[in-house]
Amino acid sequence: MGNNGARSTEGRVVGAALPRIDGYAKVTGAALFADDMAFPRMLFGRLLRSPHAHARILSIDYEKALRLPGVVAIATGRDLPVRYGILPSTQDETVFAIEKVRYVGEPVAGIVAEDERTAQRAAALIEVRYEALPSVMSIDDALRDLTENGEKIHPESRKSNNVHKDVHLTFGDIEAGFADADRVFDDEYFFEGNTHAALEEHSAVAICGADGKLTLWSSTQTPHYLHRVAAAVLEMPASRIRIIAPPIGGGFGGKTEPVAHELAAAYFARATGRPVKFTLTREEIFYTHRGRHPVRIHLQTGVKNDGTITACRLQTWLDGGAFGSYGVATTYYTGALLPVTYKMGAYAFDGCRVYTNKPPCGPKRGHGTTQPRYAFESQLDDIANALGLDAGAYRAAIAVVPYSRTINHLRVTSCGIREALSAVAERTDYGAKHGKLAPGRGIGLAASAYLCGAGLPIYWNPMPHSGAVVKVDRGGGVTVFCGTSDCGQGSQNMLAAIVAETLGVDILDVSVCAGDTDLTPVDLGSYSSRVTFMAGNAARSAALEVRERIAAAAAAELGIAPERCAFASGRIFDRDEPDRALAFVDAARAAEARCGTLVGVGSYTPPADLHGDFKGSGVGPSPAYSYSACVAEVEVDFETGEVRVDRIVLAHDCGRALNPSIVEGQIEGSAYMGMGEALMEESAFRDDLHRIPNLLDYKTPTMLDTPSIEAIVIETEELEGPYGAKEAGEGPLNPVIPAIANAVADAIGARIFATPIVPERVLQALDGTTGPLRLRAPVAARTA
Amino acid sequence: MLRLPAFEFRPVRSVEDAAALLSEYGSDALPVAGGTDLYANMKLGLFTPRVVVGLRSIAELRRMHFDPAHGLRLGALCSLDSIARDPAVLLHYPALATAAAMVGTPEIRSMGTIGGNLCLETRCTYYNQSADWRKALGYCLKRDGDLCRVALHSPTCKAINASDTAPVMQAYDARISLVGPHGARVVAARDFFSNDGAHATVRQSDEILAEIALPPPPRGARSSYRKLRLRNAFDFPLLGVAVAVATNEAGACTQARVLLGAVGSAPIEVEGAGALLLGSHFAAATLADAAEEVFRAGKPLENANASLLYRKRMLRVLAQRALEDVAAPLR
Ligand SMILES: Cc1cc2nc3c(=O)[nH]c(=O)nc-3n(C[C@H](O)[C@H](O)[C@H](O)COP(=O)(O)OP(=O)(O)OC[C@H]3O[C@@H](n4cnc5c(N)ncnc54)[C@H](O)[C@@H]3O)c2cc1C
Ligand code: SF4
Repeated sequence: MGNNGARSTEGRVVGAALPRIDGYAKVTGAALFADDMAFPRMLFGRLLRSPHAHARILSIDYEKALRLPGVVAIATGRDLPVRYGILPSTQDETVFAIEKVRYVGEPVAGIVAEDERTAQRAAALIEVRYEALPSVMSIDDALRDLTENGEKIHPESRKSNNVHKDVHLTFGDIEAGFADADRVFDDEYFFEGNTHAALEEHSAVAICGADGKLTLWSSTQTPHYLHRVAAAVLEMPASRIRIIAPPIGGGFGGKTEPVAHELAAAYFARATGRPVKFTLTREEIFYTHRGRHPVRIHLQTGVKNDGTITACRLQTWLDGGAFGSYGVATTYYTGALLPVTYKMGAYAFDGCRVYTNKPPCGPKRGHGTTQPRYAFESQLDDIANALGLDAGAYRAAIAVVPYSRTINHLRVTSCGIREALSAVAERTDYGAKHGKLAPGRGIGLAASAYLCGAGLPIYWNPMPHSGAVVKVDRGGGVTVFCGTSDCGQGSQNMLAAIVAETLGVDILDVSVCAGDTDLTPVDLGSYSSRVTFMAGNAARSAALEVRERIAAAAAAELGIAPERCAFASGRIFDRDEPDRALAFVDAARAAEARCGTLVGVGSYTPPADLHGDFKGSGVGPSPAYSYSACVAEVEVDFETGEVRVDRIVLAHDCGRALNPSIVEGQIEGSAYMGMGEALMEESAFRDDLHRIPNLLDYKTPTMLDTPSIEAIVIETEELEGPYGAKEAGEGPLNPVIPAIANAVADAIGARIFATPIVPERVLQALDGTTGPLRLRAPVAARTA
Repeated sequence: MLRLPAFEFRPVRSVEDAAALLSEYGSDALPVAGGTDLYANMKLGLFTPRVVVGLRSIAELRRMHFDPAHGLRLGALCSLDSIARDPAVLLHYPALATAAAMVGTPEIRSMGTIGGNLCLETRCTYYNQSADWRKALGYCLKRDGDLCRVALHSPTCKAINASDTAPVMQAYDARISLVGPHGARVVAARDFFSNDGAHATVRQSDEILAEIALPPPPRGARSSYRKLRLRNAFDFPLLGVAVAVATNEAGACTQARVLLGAVGSAPIEVEGAGALLLGSHFAAATLADAAEEVFRAGKPLENANASLLYRKRMLRVLAQRALEDVAAPLR
């Protein structure tokens, strides 16, 4: 067992800060990721990508490339014409562009060769003739009237100009709400787009067996959706395709939908009969993208003098990039969760997503809720300041209460927002510091809410969202089979912990078989922070089924009633007389002898009453919501505009912490990621090109930029969650960005209405301009 | 993953062998020391040498020696990390230690050499990009194209010399020895960097940078290096200011050099600033005037990871701070 000393002597797994079951393999490099896989005779793939942001493809000539020694096959749009998209309503992509290209970096052709370098050289030999079209590179551009100039990015779209989706929802009497307000706050914000920057570069390996069965390993967060799309695109029965999700080196939403290289790997494996690998370069990941949407936000909030929100109107414009992706859902998400955090008298939401000639945006940690949360929490701070209220106490006063319905008809169950708010305020002495620190120093606070899984699946169906099978071996080993994909968040560990807890065995006696469409029941995937809640519940039901049978057998052996059987420390014993006991393995054998092969099945479907009944009500409902609050302390250099974050305190209500150290890890990672989004990350374009498609120029914080992060785990008992758990994957990110923005506002005495808060923007705010920098700093700032 | 193009690797054990090989293969060969700059550029397709001459086994180029009478001699292969930690460097040439310690990351400082840092390829946001990216752009003057994207009418490339140690070496008035197939020559740091984005230095393609010699620190020497960057690690300088001064018993300035890095294609000496300091006692007003000189002298372009206006404005701030560093203990 070596250093992997995860043995839990207590027999209690849930709630214990045990080391992760996959931790040792991950830190030693033993874990095998998709790109680690190799097969004899394997071919290497490469995608030829468009150099144009918007152009018609006139011709593609790959004869010369095909003649290059070592090149085995080449394919273009003609070979894979089936359109797909993650949402049934937006089937707008093909593996390789057909007729048009819509962003720089869009795949146009695929090559497989004996080695990577040859494939790369062949790509350069393919001759594509284009006719350039005017490109659309901003929200304003996309909304511009196209009647005289230009063609739509998606000519078949029924919306006007380059609009992809617009949404209008009103709850309560919005006009009356504003009329009732003592004051109305009206602000515009811009949240810059950014990317996931997961460490692992996307990789896919495919083989096609002699029987024609195709197996595809891919770093995907959603093996089930990839399975469906692969069957459709390859025009093959799904029963002949097997998708396996190996361990994934981070996803953050960037690996939640099928993309070209995975489908190309499968296609070429079938076409050539040889194993095929495609691994993207970092630059290609910036083009594959599906990252955070840039969002322009108009926010109007009417309040009484005591801060009560009488009405709130939110308008969002999302820069979607060239394809739909999850964009329809993202659009709804920009409006769905504000009322899950605070009570409001009336609420109106208008969302509009546009197509532009940039890499497609999609879901990133916080999916669509992060941008409006930044705006709302910023404005809330300004409201608190204007009304002379303490920002923490004010939020607690207007926060939703447990077991209630929001104005947009969402069902709230457990809710630890007040506990989270007071934890961060007390830990940092927020009330005594805010507005009172020396110039250049600031403290900021913010709160938020997030889903524990989307209440509805991506494609409508009445089946469970997650299924699990638990099998007990005659040696006492337990295996849990579940379709989850571990993108690093610890879902394997979560499954093992829940099953170990339910059966009273050591966590290391539980093996996890996950993310394999041949072997595991469907789980919809690692997105919307759904896995612990949904797969956890499925695994728990499956384990309970097994447990019941073992209990019956053990009870017979021990001569007691089955209800008296307790499971812990690898034993089944009499609750009333603990010395009457049976080893788990013996009880399991007895159970198998009594009722045959020892397998339990479980599944989870969210309850039906989570939401209201209106168009668009499907996005936002969740069986439960997590709550977080954050305080950040910063120091601003008035001369350089640099912001240094000194401290982040982040409290998160995750329901019950199944493993507190994994929860803390998620909270710390959220603080880090949020800080990067607040201060430096941006998907920046120059003309039609991504300006910085590499990790030297695209800035994420380094260890030396990262302050001390204090994670506070707030536990509430979520009655519908597995062992009371909710989520910790995405929720804690959201309050970090506005907390830092509010701290900067406190430090410099001015609000910056855009992210990221780069030094230049800080200087503009100090100068009192939003335009170009003045070359000399204003005297007031310099002497401050 | 981005792959290195194929090349033949020829390790050598002496400077002479290196020069001979470089001379034999001409433009088909490049020397490599730590490889932290060259290999990254090769992956982007900026260089495609047929032969790469490995210098790392030339033991004599690893030597570092200080004595008060002759100053500091640094073999070209000394790692930036070893320089940043060396007690004599820390004591007598603190700005060099600071600059070396601020390069990239710990990994880059232990692989990266001082010779490689001084021969660093110039950088530009239109240039340090993949072959596909540059193709989509339509290339630029520095390689494969005929137009400078930064200065549209410029006949020459304006890429940035982004070496952290280059301005410091010039501030210390370092001498650089180059060894070619026909012998050795020594050039002053101020003549070593060529103000041309296409050619970072005057080194001939068959010459090896063998050694850097720094004169002994003058009496009352003080020096400082300030670097502007967006993160506290990884990042190349957006600006660098190096100041080296000497003083007499009375505290008056007897020698002063103020250098600007990462603004032009070579470090820029701001002579006006030096002249203001000379004979002064580093009064606040003098420092402000000198900083103003620096501000006027530096003309950044839109080719780094921060806007031209921001870098321009920071010139004064950074200069002021570097000047205060050298003045502080004296005032
Ligand atoms: C992520 C990253 C961050 C970086 N950050 C910084 C930074 O902040 N500041 C900075 O200054 N640099 C930075 N660098 C650049 C580089 O790592 C350093 O400048 C390093 O010192 C280069 O040394 P090297 O030995 O690795 O050079 P190499 O890559 O080996 O060589 C660089 C160039 O010099 C030539 N050369 C090398 N040695 C000799 C010699 N003895 N004689 C003749 N020619 C020679 C090579 O042919 C090549 O053209 C960074 C690099 C990376 C990848
Ligand atoms: S300065 Fe001009 S020519 Fe030089 S690399 Fe940049 S764009 Fe190219």
